[in-house]
Amino acid sequence: MRSTISRSARTRAWLVAAAVVASSLFSACMLFAKPPADLDYSRTRTSESGRYRATIKPEGDSIPTGKLQRWTLHLETANGTAVDACEVTVDGGMPQHGHGLPTKPRVTRHLGNGDHLVEGMKFNMGGWWVVKFRVASSAGADSVVFNLSL
Amino acid sequence: MRATRLMLKLAACAALATVLVAALAGRREQWTAKEREMLKSLSLASLGPLPADPSNRFADDARAAALGERLFSDARLSGNGKVSCATCHVPQRDFQDGTPLAHGVGTTGRRTMPIAGTAHGAWFFWDGRTDSQWSQALGPLESAVEHGGSRTQYAHTIAAHYRADYEAVFGPLPSLAGLPAQAGPVADTAWRAAWTRIPAARQGEITRVYANIGKAIAAFERRVGLVPTRFDRYVDAELAGRSHDGTSSLSDDEVAGLKLFVGKANCVNCHNGARLTDDHFHNTGVPASSLVATVDSGRSVGVRQALAAEFACTSKYSDATPDDCAELRFATTEGEELVRAYKTPSLRGVAERAPYMHAGQIATLAGVIQHYDRAPKAPFGHSELKPLELSEEERRQIEGFLRTLSVK
Repeated sequence: MRSTISRSARTRAWLVAAAVVASSLFSACMLFAKPPADLDYSRTRTSESGRYRATIKPEGDSIPTGKLQRWTLHLETANGTAVDACEVTVDGGMPQHGHGLPTKPRVTRHLGNGDHLVEGMKFNMGGWWVVKFRVASSAGADSVVFNLSL
Repeated sequence: MRATRLMLKLAACAALATVLVAALAGRREQWTAKEREMLKSLSLASLGPLPADPSNRFADDARAAALGERLFSDARLSGNGKVSCATCHVPQRDFQDGTPLAHGVGTTGRRTMPIAGTAHGAWFFWDGRTDSQWSQALGPLESAVEHGGSRTQYAHTIAAHYRADYEAVFGPLPSLAGLPAQAGPVADTAWRAAWTRIPAARQGEITRVYANIGKAIAAFERRVGLVPTRFDRYVDAELAGRSHDGTSSLSDDEVAGLKLFVGKANCVNCHNGARLTDDHFHNTGVPASSLVATVDSGRSVGVRQALAAEFACTSKYSDATPDDCAELRFATTEGEELVRAYKTPSLRGVAERAPYMHAGQIATLAGVIQHYDRAPKAPFGHSELKPLELSEEERRQIEGFLRTLSVK
């Protein structure tokens, strides 16, 4: 009798251990999940409603962490006309961390030929970031989102 | 029943084998390409040269630095003649004092911060309420609980004891004739009233001297650098493919701690770069200090103070052009994320800097790791932390790794 109890206790212990391992693996996966595999990291993207095509031009090829940067944002309408007269706001953050950008970047100068100077860009950690530009011009209001892997 | 037992044994063997393989892989210290890139970014070799401080044109003047070093330790720069910068920023103790709250003329509401390597940072104080080393140095001098003096007192002190050295760097001192011994825009009502009776032009001259005191101290402080540790030597050898000697080897536990630091424990999210800080502000649910009676809202108040600061990068006492002040111009000024958020401290030398957090709320390094593991709710605002579910061994390994960031 004693041996049966002991065996069932052992079985329970194994089941509990397995459950603990599975649960920690699950939480680890949730916490440290990789970004979605199908993310588009292109530097040229079409806005959500298709009004604009936007291109980001960071200062160098790679985007550093921990440094303030100036970007150029190039805007065209869907038919390829450069957009100069417009209002642009910048937003962003890390979807998996639930926080925004560490700074408040903004367009400080319209450079002509559809180019706009964006100052105050900064990313304070590695990982998946999104940067969203809301554009309003005579072509209408629309948003364009860029994914960055830092 | 026998079949069940057999299956359980097989499962146990498989699990054990997986653990052993993982352990052996760890012992071989094979870092992935991404991990190697991360290690390189954390190494002191990646720090880069000392950045210029355009707001302080005397920052790299050796005479200013020599003057600043003397001022740093001069207790005559205090209301009671007993407090110098070095009282709390003890040079022999990594420029900090080892107590939860700093004690000057009175007691502050925050932990003394170390100085080494801070010239690479953008914001100063736990809440980033100043944006340069020199404006940081000026805050405590007029604080009623730190140095407790006033700017006419400090101008008189410079004239009496440092005139030649000061004038060699900054040019002639203004006439201080007839100025009260104590006057300044400080908490003391009599001293404040005395300040308002001084004509604006003379106030400006005195304030210029005061700003120059900060610039001299900053010229000294920016030379206080970081020293490579066993961790840096380990990374250098790993990346170069060299074998490790006694000065560069990490134990299996320390390597495991490093892997956790850059992996599962997510420490590197905020403690990144060669100084192991992102120079940003985070609410990590640190409990309120039982020693501090006032409410501390961290960055949400600090950023407003930085923007309005008398000695900000954009002020008339700064040598910078507005374009040089991008951190201030593009600072995030609003939002829940700023509430009770504090600056990520550098982890270099962290093992010698107990107690921890912005008001020394946690006594030991093990306690800090446990805090991040548990991720408690913030007293107010919203904590960015999520529970890590680390084992006791993993917490110990992270602590082991953190100790490799010390010179000792």
